[in-house]
Amino acid sequence: MDALRLENLRKTYPNGVEALKGIDLTVEEGDFFALLGPNGAGKTTSIGIVTSLVNKTSGRVVVFGHDMDRARDAAKACIGVVPQEVNLSMFEKLTDIVINQAGYYGVRPRLARQRAEKYLKALHLWDRRTDIARNLSGGMKRRLMIARALIHEPRLLILDEPTAGVDIEIRRSMWQFMRAINEAGVTIILTTHYLEEAESLCRNVAIIDQGRIVENDRMTRVLRKLHHETFVLSLDEPLYAVPDLGSFTVRLRNEQELEVEVTRNQSINQLFGMLSERNLTVHSMRNKANRLEELFLRLVENKPGASGQGQQA
Amino acid sequence: MSREASGNPARATDFARESGQARSESLLAVNLVGLRTIMRKEVKRVSRIWVQTIVPPAITMSLYFVIFGSLIGRRIGEMEGMPYIAYIAPGLIMMAVITNSFSNVVSSFFGAKLQLYLEEMLVSPLSTATIVVGYMIGGIFRGLAVGVLVTVVALMFTRLTIVHPWITLSVVVLVAAVFSMAGLLNAIFAKTFDDISIVPTFVLTPLTYLGGVFFSISLLSPTWQAVAMANPILYMVNAFRYGVLGISDIPIALAYALIIGLFVALFSLNMWLLSRGRGIRS
Repeated sequence: MDALRLENLRKTYPNGVEALKGIDLTVEEGDFFALLGPNGAGKTTSIGIVTSLVNKTSGRVVVFGHDMDRARDAAKACIGVVPQEVNLSMFEKLTDIVINQAGYYGVRPRLARQRAEKYLKALHLWDRRTDIARNLSGGMKRRLMIARALIHEPRLLILDEPTAGVDIEIRRSMWQFMRAINEAGVTIILTTHYLEEAESLCRNVAIIDQGRIVENDRMTRVLRKLHHETFVLSLDEPLYAVPDLGSFTVRLRNEQELEVEVTRNQSINQLFGMLSERNLTVHSMRNKANRLEELFLRLVENKPGASGQGQQA
Repeated sequence: MSREASGNPARATDFARESGQARSESLLAVNLVGLRTIMRKEVKRVSRIWVQTIVPPAITMSLYFVIFGSLIGRRIGEMEGMPYIAYIAPGLIMMAVITNSFSNVVSSFFGAKLQLYLEEMLVSPLSTATIVVGYMIGGIFRGLAVGVLVTVVALMFTRLTIVHPWITLSVVVLVAAVFSMAGLLNAIFAKTFDDISIVPTFVLTPLTYLGGVFFSISLLSPTWQAVAMANPILYMVNAFRYGVLGISDIPIALAYALIIGLFVALFSLNMWLLSRGRGIRS
């Protein structure tokens, strides 16, 4: 069953801005799905329409078979959402926030209290349960919003930038938590600016730009569409001129670092062969950018380098 | 387009089973639990900030009783056959109910809208009616809580024997409901803090002062009497005064009709606005 289906979804704001220009998207049940795009591309508008915080102009939204226009309540009961902006009642206690949210979904107080304990513990907030939200750090507030979104045990969890402003250690633990939730059967849609996060967590991806889906496929296939990767090589000896490495495109970043583009038709072995021939010793090598990030930039900036086979109108 | 949709079926059951239970709840049951939650939250809010919500009106009303009732009232003597302090007591109680039921809903709903946590309810399956009724009950609660406190203060200055208890109770609850709905309407349209202070300052306070709290409209010239009759608060104050003291400038049936009519109109308007997403959805 499809967890979410968007059909020809359009949104034009009263000021004339066309935020969505006819989006078609399907997210299958159990998927961990990345919805990526630059700022203002239409991600948050799409999520707003799915969560009924934004009125659509036209099109159709179906959540687990429930049409949002005909069975809005049933559709909404299936969704949990963690919005981009912090939207907590700052003077309420953590337990009250999550228990109230459970109540809005018809979860009775006794069960709500049990679940509040379960999710606040899982997100390492139990010790702060009697604190008010205002006293939490940014990362804790994000985790509290996740606990709140899970309290009615939704089938579809939408995470809009859940790790924004969260330090790396907590981000990693949040990834682990999200993976576990997904493995437990919850379909997850993730928007993030950390493309490493999307690459590491998500199985499928859609890239949205200027209100249109420009890429929508399995993550592994999308990454294969990247025609070349850029590597940064750290050298043992300093260099003062760009070496000739045949068909490889090379740039000298500084006297100790070379930047080399390796296309799909070339191999790393060839590159290292060339480097050895020129007596250049490499003591470390890294990707210049995350692979998804590189593809993303090429797609949204309309640069050559991505095949664009998955592009839609 | 083929996808690698995953999921571990064995582990998927935890969530599916529990969320299945939740889904089997009828829509009515979901809304009843939701309504109780909003009510509890609103009552907790009023109680948590009692220094802002309950105490100030009690102090203000005590001052009214001291100045207008005890000090000036002695010189005025009687109004409509009643000691002046007893005459103004129902009006002052009603004034406290009106301002507090209004300000409770306007500040609570606007605060939730401004800090975005209103979204907690908007993304949930709660019906618009549940949200409206939940906030209304919160407004009625605060209106009545303050009303009871002001009554206790009034009893320190004068004797009050309630002549028509059911009329007294029904009028006070209905008026609190009307002004809760008026507060919600204000909050729906409000975009800034100024927007939620304009109505109480420039509309509610003048109408209340001119609504027969301190005087009988029989003291006014026929022209001003006709003008005063256009003020809905006059009907409310007089209906409540009828319930407490048994005297009124307005026929009680007409007062009920106006109060109920206003309530139905405001409730319907709020329902229509919120279901269209006015002020709460893009």
